[in-house]
Amino acid sequence: MTEKFEPVILGFLCNWCAYAGGDLAGVGRLQYPPNMRAVRVMCSGMVHPDIILTAFNHGADGVILMG
Amino acid sequence: MNVNLLTLSEVVDVSGEIGNFSVKVKQHPRYIDMEKCIACGLCAQKCPRKVDDEFNLGLNQRTSAYIKYGQAVPLKYAIDGETCIYLTRGKCKACEKFCPTSAINFEDQEQIIDLQVGAVILSPGFKPFDPSGFDFYGYRKIPDVVTSLEYERLLSSSGPCMGHLVRPSDHKEPRSIAWIQCVGSRSTNRCENGYCSSVCCMYAIKEALVTAEHTSGDGVRQTIFYMDIRSHGKDFDRFYEDAKAKGVRFIKARPHTIEAGKDNCGVTMRYACEDGKIMIENFDLAVLSIGLEPTADGKRLSDLFQLNLNQYRFAKTSDFSPACTNRPGIYVAGAFQTPKAIPRAVTEASSAAQEAATALIHARGDLTRSKTYPAERGIEGQEVRVGVFVCSCGINIAGIINVDEVARYARTLPHVALVENNLFSCSADTQEMMAKKIMEHSLNRIVIAACTPRTHETLFQETLQETGLNPYLVEMANIRNQNAWVHQREPEMATRKAKDQVRMAVAKAALSVPIERTKVSVVPKALVIGGGVAGMQAALSLADQNFQTVLLEKSDQLGGNAWKVNTTDQGEYIRPFLEKLIGRVESHPAIEVLKNARLTSAKGSVGSFTSEIQVNGASRDLTYGVAVLAVGGRETTPAEYLYGEDPRVVTHLELDALMRDDSAGLKKAKTTVFIQCVGSRDERRPYCSRICCTHSVKAAIHLKDLNPQMNVYVLYRDIRTYGEREDLYRKARDLGVIFIHYTPEQKPLVGREGADLTVEVFDPILRLPVSITTDRLVLAAAMEANDSKDLVELYKCAANADGFLNEAHPKLRPVDMAVDGLFVAGLCNYPKPLNETIAQAKAAAARAAVILSQTEMTLDAIKSFVTDKCDGCALCLDVCPYRALTLTDYQAGDGRTHLRMASDKALCKGCGLCSATCPKGGVYVHGFTMDQLRAQVIAALEDVA
Repeated sequence: MTEKFEPVILGFLCNWCAYAGGDLAGVGRLQYPPNMRAVRVMCSGMVHPDIILTAFNHGADGVILMG
Repeated sequence: MNVNLLTLSEVVDVSGEIGNFSVKVKQHPRYIDMEKCIACGLCAQKCPRKVDDEFNLGLNQRTSAYIKYGQAVPLKYAIDGETCIYLTRGKCKACEKFCPTSAINFEDQEQIIDLQVGAVILSPGFKPFDPSGFDFYGYRKIPDVVTSLEYERLLSSSGPCMGHLVRPSDHKEPRSIAWIQCVGSRSTNRCENGYCSSVCCMYAIKEALVTAEHTSGDGVRQTIFYMDIRSHGKDFDRFYEDAKAKGVRFIKARPHTIEAGKDNCGVTMRYACEDGKIMIENFDLAVLSIGLEPTADGKRLSDLFQLNLNQYRFAKTSDFSPACTNRPGIYVAGAFQTPKAIPRAVTEASSAAQEAATALIHARGDLTRSKTYPAERGIEGQEVRVGVFVCSCGINIAGIINVDEVARYARTLPHVALVENNLFSCSADTQEMMAKKIMEHSLNRIVIAACTPRTHETLFQETLQETGLNPYLVEMANIRNQNAWVHQREPEMATRKAKDQVRMAVAKAALSVPIERTKVSVVPKALVIGGGVAGMQAALSLADQNFQTVLLEKSDQLGGNAWKVNTTDQGEYIRPFLEKLIGRVESHPAIEVLKNARLTSAKGSVGSFTSEIQVNGASRDLTYGVAVLAVGGRETTPAEYLYGEDPRVVTHLELDALMRDDSAGLKKAKTTVFIQCVGSRDERRPYCSRICCTHSVKAAIHLKDLNPQMNVYVLYRDIRTYGEREDLYRKARDLGVIFIHYTPEQKPLVGREGADLTVEVFDPILRLPVSITTDRLVLAAAMEANDSKDLVELYKCAANADGFLNEAHPKLRPVDMAVDGLFVAGLCNYPKPLNETIAQAKAAAARAAVILSQTEMTLDAIKSFVTDKCDGCALCLDVCPYRALTLTDYQAGDGRTHLRMASDKALCKGCGLCSATCPKGGVYVHGFTMDQLRAQVIAALEDVA
């Protein structure tokens, strides 16, 4: 059990703000941990609670909704 | 496609006239081929030459190969020929060695481009004032004195300290910051900028508030030294009050000296309070709120185009046509005309476009181009065959991510029929190859693992369309911007993430279905509601572009408030303009004027609205494609200061009537007093009425002109003569008008002593109450919007808390309303002087014409749709911000009637709040269905134990 815990985080990113911010972070080469998997949505408001539960059911350690 | 962007270019010659100008443009070499550059930034990384970064005002350095900032348009690098080592000394070429697309071209030459154009719009912008000449502020001598623009960069997360604010002297976080307003503005003493720059008060307040977000912990002290706070824009006064409530300190003083603090860190400032007391205070950092100046380019352009400039070297325009210059066919927009904030600059840019569009109406559409594609082929019933294209992006992706491994992995995924690796997926030859592969392998879903869909999705969608595939069958996996570029030190993890991203994209793409871009036919007719100057001007601008326009006026007369105002802020007489405007509107063959008319219903959406209209009691129906709401505003009736009780107490509009009809009576007065902010900036109307300060100052000058011996007093809270209106304020003071500052806590008291009308006010300079016996008292009564509740209800559009109709976005879309096809202009949007009303009306017409000039409008395809699972529970109805959903009857197969939602594609913006609210899968958004999102989530987590 010496392996470092690497959480798996599922991200829902609004196309108009957070996702655009993610792209800009790339242009600026801002480095961050590679633990998040992003799902692009057209508004953070379109993420149904069931989808978040699906993520946890399938083993996500965290869910981040950015919008 | 119809905009040709020439960067690094300047106009060197112009000849001809409206409709046919020849313009000679000199384009300086970029040394980088824009067609080949993929903006990977390797040239900048490898370039050894460091120079001051002008975008960050020299606070940090950039290289000679550079982009100015991350959001640059076009996003293409350039080589600065003046500093590049190879171009100046003949050796280096490091960028050329590393550029993965061979985009570097040191042979690039200056080019002369000849353009034939019908109209020209000049928008050279402004130059920030350079305060180095003011020795008393110590700029460039004291390290911790910065300009507001430098401070803006210090706060910016893309700035030199990545948004973690530090001061220049010791790179420590400042805890007390002072702003000094009006540096290089409102000053004819140490510079020649007599005008107000209009924007500095707001940006200083914004910077003060944002500072708290960029500093650690509590206890940051922000102090703004000001002469008058000019928060005269929509909702700006609330922002100012909010800043006060959050502890920003506002001191009415103009500090006269800044000295360096101890060890050359921080500053010491001396200033005189309003009561004359001299204060000495230390701050960690001083910010000079610098004003806006005309540029040298503006002067050069105006010489070239033979334009008239005003005394400050801004473009001279009439208040009746703010975008027009003295040369027909040459128009201006932005701060070149006068200093202004973004909302007005954007509005006036549209009004300049309207002028150009009208000037070129006979040639409309002659040179525009559009793209055509082969007919779309159906994929129904076909087996899902996904093609995956993994992009190396030179070494941008391949340098970090093992693209071969990702490609190998992609071949193992379900439905995947073909995987290819491309060096540059976006290059023209790769697009061709991709199209060929799609046909050869009968691919019907495409995944591109490359950069971001935000910049490149359209390109790949077009490639699909070229092959007859529906454009929504492509999905991108963002393995560059959101992977290789941000995980440069973890290549293994990045490769793993890329595989997950590809798997997610394939899972989603497999569930993609063709989506149709809805088309709506456009009724080529406009409705304009309100027959004041805004409405008339909008109607005329539309009719001059050959669009049938119906102008609705509730009263029996066109003209509105303009009948009651004598002159514009520049002193132009309104009556002749108004009469001419009414004449043109009433005789225009494309305008139908309906007086005594009102709207009683509104149905439909952009392109096709239907309304019932009552005209003189009779009802008729009207169908139209767009509507401009210009229902106007009014001067309120004061409820204080003896208004209505004493005939000597009048409002602004009543004073204007006296000026027209009873100059002799006005002239006889020994004393006239003005009181500002009567009903504005209080609890009931927490906004500034914007026009009253200028109106009072102008009237005061008029009275002094009539009778120089008259005592004229203006009692004010902040004088807000923004822009070149400041000249009027200075002139009034020069003429001897006495301005006395009052606070809402100590408002003037108006009373009667016998027959005398008296005004008592506390004079902050004398520190004594002053009693003035006056012959006339003029109240700057607040402006308010005419009631538009019925329109808000009918069109389901929005007004703010003060009753002013809202624009879709104050800066980005200042004349569009949130409901597509609706536009707003004039006082119903916010109080504004005539020139701004006219500009806004023309801008509204320009924006409306974008819709009317199409016979059929193509809407975006990402829209909600109702499924057969919907049982009409209507939970989604309340959450829809665009009111795109309605509850309808639906005839089921069993012959019974059920309830079901219906989505109006023209109103829906595809946000999916409905879909997230629906408990039973009754409504989804195309391209983002629950199944697709769920598939992505499950695919993302497939590897998790």
